[in-house]
Amino acid sequence: MKPFTYTRADDVTSAVSEVSRQEGAKVIAGGTNLLDLMKIDVMQPRHLVDITRLALTTIEKTAEGGLLLGALATNADTAYHEQVEQRYPLLSHAILAGATAQLRNKATDAGNLLQRTRCYYFYDTHTACNKREPGTGCSAIHGYNRNHAILGHSEHCIATHPSDMAVALAALEARIHVTGPQGERTIPIADFHRLPGDTPEKDTNLADDEIITAIELSPKGFARHYTYLKNRDRASYAFALVSVAVGLDMEGDTIQEARIALGGVAHKPWRNPEAEALLTGKKASRENFQPVADAYVHGAKGFEHNSFKIELARRSIVRALMQAAHVDQNSNGN
Amino acid sequence: MATNQIGKPQNRVDGRDKVTGQARYAAEFNVKDLAYGVVVSSAIAKGRIKEMDTSEALRVEGVLEVFTSENRPKLASYDTSFQDEDAPPGSPFRPLFNRDVLFNMQPIALVVAETYELARYAASLVKVEYETEEYATDFEKERPNAYVPEEYKSTTPPDPWGKPETALKEAEHKVAEEYSHPSQHHNPMEMHATTAVWEGDGRITVYDKIQGVLNSQEYIMGVFGLAKEDVRVLSPFVGGAFGSGLRPQYQLFMAVMATLELKRSVRVALTRPQMFSFGHRPKTVQQLSLGAAADGTLEAVVHHVFAETSRFEDYSEDVIIWPGVLYKCDNVKVSHKLVGLDVYTPLDMRAPGGTTGIYALECAIDELSYKVGMDPVEFRLKNYSVRDQNEDKPFSSKELRECYRQGAELFGWKDRKPQPRSMREGHNLIGWGVANGAWEATQKPSGAKAVLTKEGKLTVSSATADIGTGTYTIMSQIAAECMGLPIEAVEFKLGDSSLPQSPLEGGSWTASTVGSAVKLVCEKLGEKLLELAQESDDSPFKEAGIEEVEFTDGQMRLKENSSVAIPLTQLLRDNKKDNIQVEAESKPSDEQENYSPYSHSAVFVEVKVDEDLGTIKVTRVVTAVAGGRILNPKTARSQILGGVVWGIGMALEEESVMDHQYGRFINHDLAEYHVPVNADVHDVEVIFVDEEDSIVNPLGVKGLGEIGIVSVAPAIANAVYHATGKRVRDLPITLDKVM
Amino acid sequence: MQEKALSPTVSTEIITLTINGTSKQLEVEVWTSLLDLLREPLDLTGTKKGCDHGQCGACTILLDGKRINSCLTLAVMHDGSELTTIEGLAQDGELHPVQQAFIDHDAFQCGYCTPGQICSTIGLINEGKAKTLDDIRDLMSGNICRCGAYTNIVKVVQEALERNHKA
Repeated sequence: MKPFTYTRADDVTSAVSEVSRQEGAKVIAGGTNLLDLMKIDVMQPRHLVDITRLALTTIEKTAEGGLLLGALATNADTAYHEQVEQRYPLLSHAILAGATAQLRNKATDAGNLLQRTRCYYFYDTHTACNKREPGTGCSAIHGYNRNHAILGHSEHCIATHPSDMAVALAALEARIHVTGPQGERTIPIADFHRLPGDTPEKDTNLADDEIITAIELSPKGFARHYTYLKNRDRASYAFALVSVAVGLDMEGDTIQEARIALGGVAHKPWRNPEAEALLTGKKASRENFQPVADAYVHGAKGFEHNSFKIELARRSIVRALMQAAHVDQNSNGN
Repeated sequence: MATNQIGKPQNRVDGRDKVTGQARYAAEFNVKDLAYGVVVSSAIAKGRIKEMDTSEALRVEGVLEVFTSENRPKLASYDTSFQDEDAPPGSPFRPLFNRDVLFNMQPIALVVAETYELARYAASLVKVEYETEEYATDFEKERPNAYVPEEYKSTTPPDPWGKPETALKEAEHKVAEEYSHPSQHHNPMEMHATTAVWEGDGRITVYDKIQGVLNSQEYIMGVFGLAKEDVRVLSPFVGGAFGSGLRPQYQLFMAVMATLELKRSVRVALTRPQMFSFGHRPKTVQQLSLGAAADGTLEAVVHHVFAETSRFEDYSEDVIIWPGVLYKCDNVKVSHKLVGLDVYTPLDMRAPGGTTGIYALECAIDELSYKVGMDPVEFRLKNYSVRDQNEDKPFSSKELRECYRQGAELFGWKDRKPQPRSMREGHNLIGWGVANGAWEATQKPSGAKAVLTKEGKLTVSSATADIGTGTYTIMSQIAAECMGLPIEAVEFKLGDSSLPQSPLEGGSWTASTVGSAVKLVCEKLGEKLLELAQESDDSPFKEAGIEEVEFTDGQMRLKENSSVAIPLTQLLRDNKKDNIQVEAESKPSDEQENYSPYSHSAVFVEVKVDEDLGTIKVTRVVTAVAGGRILNPKTARSQILGGVVWGIGMALEEESVMDHQYGRFINHDLAEYHVPVNADVHDVEVIFVDEEDSIVNPLGVKGLGEIGIVSVAPAIANAVYHATGKRVRDLPITLDKVM
Repeated sequence: MQEKALSPTVSTEIITLTINGTSKQLEVEVWTSLLDLLREPLDLTGTKKGCDHGQCGACTILLDGKRINSCLTLAVMHDGSELTTIEGLAQDGELHPVQQAFIDHDAFQCGYCTPGQICSTIGLINEGKAKTLDDIRDLMSGNICRCGAYTNIVKVVQEALERNHKA
């Protein structure tokens, strides 16, 4: 760990000014990923602005009937919040599928969005990694790429975003409230995370001097028809190989609206609105789900150790849709 | 011998220390003026350090020294000084010896500073330039160059018997397949660490993470030229090891070197990634060809093993002995070749050779049972062996049949549908699999000491270890039983090089080896107590022989007339003794030579495999063990439960992934090297079948550290086949291989 | 002696921590993790370091009653906090019921993950979210036990929850 200076911010304005004033400054809250990476010199902030004392921990209803999650609400407090459990169970389930009880007690909602990839090479400073050190190359493309992307990757980076929560937020079309020196703005979750392109070092569209203040959920929570399905290499405490967040708006057995977001397959939670639209007005059935799954992985490209994710994603989408729609698995043939 | 202690489910005597945080491990002895060392690891797999710039690190306020191959103290010159008790044939790695890099993550410098944070920071400032050389880390590429070592560390492969090739050719049913598993790392929860305490005048006390303090002591004496009386090694608690602590690891070298040079106490603790920089379970590829007659008689076994080793030592383990141990077969041929790679030397990891050899054999046997069309249990029982064919000796005892009977009954094996893919529950395919296994039950020579005080406190000691196996507890039980004392009156000491000699704690031999020494020293103590009593002329014990007295309820008394009794405390006081001490050295009996001693197990497993997604859940395990006399059913059960968890890890999760672009294990942390978590483990039942063995050692115990793991991975693999109809012959069986 | 020019700009801060019921004023370097503060200067080595990266749970402590990984947080960030470590669970020599249950069920072998498992169990009980056996297994999955004592650990948690339910 490199040396750094440390200050505690008392409010959002002073936090923003601290971050924008000091070269190499970073905010720290839960710290569960930042400190992890600082210990191995993957991240080397020169100044830390502790924002844990900011009054951003509340979860409250919005005027529109949605829910506003304070940036510093912990993952645990969010997942177990009565409003979240009842109205946004998809979010609750996704959060609880990630990390561990200990980590969720410390990790914040904003921090969850900002966590870095779990690419093995990003984590090992003795290897080349364009995300860690732009221009050095991507070791994963010809290396071990089991937990890597099959969609939206570039020749410079095939890393995935590791969050479960963000996948649910993508399906819920959350909006991220941020504050910077120029004031406040709101970023739709779909535009929050980036694809690697030729700037894989940038995970998100959050400016260096901006901080997240809240995550806003619209009133639409898909509480009746939802699923978070996570496939991983052990039953708990592992990052997703492929995860699927599904929210369905149904009338009888007809789908009015479908939202599907994939995790573990790309540099950001993966949505495909055209594919989702295939389900609008359709009956919930395996026959109707299959083409959507196919469309989702259309154009997917795997690498030596992760090509299985394409078929796994396809099957997981179908399974998740069946579960969300309460379609009897067995009567639909196997 | 009365049996009020042995066989009792005694709580761990060190339990209180462990649940209150009072048990101190190697990195937890906080002494005055302690300095902290952080190891710098190489970034390349092979080559030479061209330039190492330590100036920036040295300029950091609080940094005491940076040790490299250039400024290290003079070390021993010959390999023999570096060869520890568990060293394979070859030339051991010498840390900081010269500029050569032999494997990736090799320790190349030690930064010592006033605080851990400073040392860690300064270590990041050491700049290294390398001359890289071509390296080989790809097992498959190097396999054509596999060789027979001049000397095996393990059992030399037995000569073939019968006519294996002909028998194979003529067999009605055949299996010829290749099985493999990757390298795996021990990853005990406690990372390897050493605290070396400077005592002045060139003397040091060393707290080391090691499975045998004498091994560390010898190593330090050999490498640094210290006299025995100047180095004491302590290791009262070991936070798991599973073999990783059999050989002194480089943090010991580093801490001792820095302490001697700086004349100041130094602690060196490795990081979790550095836990992937030394010994590991070697990858193997195993070719198995089996043949059976129409009636299911096993006619031929041909087992060829290719196993990883380093370039500097010929590591081998007992992978090929299992056909000769597990099955009766008249035509057998085995071979064991090594594949040299530019990696650190592999190292015994829980049931070395057994887990891997039995995995391959038990999967192949399972495949053959399907070809023959026999129930897998029936098939194994048909080819049951009562002799160790490698050694051509009878087993000292073998209650494996009973393991099958009780295990199958508890599991409900009779309800199994024989056809693969014939059992399901929703989208889950259900599979039931079985495997059996064995592990050697050896006894080694060991010393022990007993001290009984006039207050009635008995202290027994030996320089062995307790790596979580329960040594403290079972030795206390044996001593309490022998001397007829309550367990509270007994203390067992271990993990101290000043105690009587004992071998490394490994190979499942500690209960047998140290237990026998404890029993013997207590018997000698008994004799001495009797002699003491007989010193007075009017003693009612005057004419008694040792076989006529017994020790019970804190007394020595006549077996024939229990009213003739004397409390041990009174005996000492009457004779003006503060305490009475004896030492003893136990050795295996000559009779053992005529037998082959093994523990056995049969494991039954149920898996549920998601037909679409390939996810595998081990829902039920029944493991039945024939492990001789069970000293403590509570700690014994825990060892077997642990073995099952390890088997689940091996079958489904564990893999140290070698990246050949760098020649480096790349998933070097606990986030990406998956070991089982709580949610991976469901119902596990442990059965110990009765097994009497008067030959194996005076206690009739067999040791349980390894028998618990050996049959688990194959039983899971066989269950996955039964569930899905898919044979995955390359571990771990991850979801992508079955979906 | 080398010229020591490169003094790292590590500042220290004075913080107040209540550890196991005792309030302490401490001067901490800002780059020291809560775990390293406990284990080194404070000599509270019962809290273990198994990975230093939040991947094992050996460093679990209770921070204001909630279980966290003490390795992944800076000590300086906890001015005014109350924490309980394994050393603070027994009262007047009497073991906490969860500690006693770990002994009775032999829910450990080497003992290295045990303090974390025990703190995690207490944290789990405080949370009150575990209803089923599978809940327990999942919510205890943040504590790796390489010795494989999970079966017995689950027994302890189950029993503790039942005891709590009755109380």
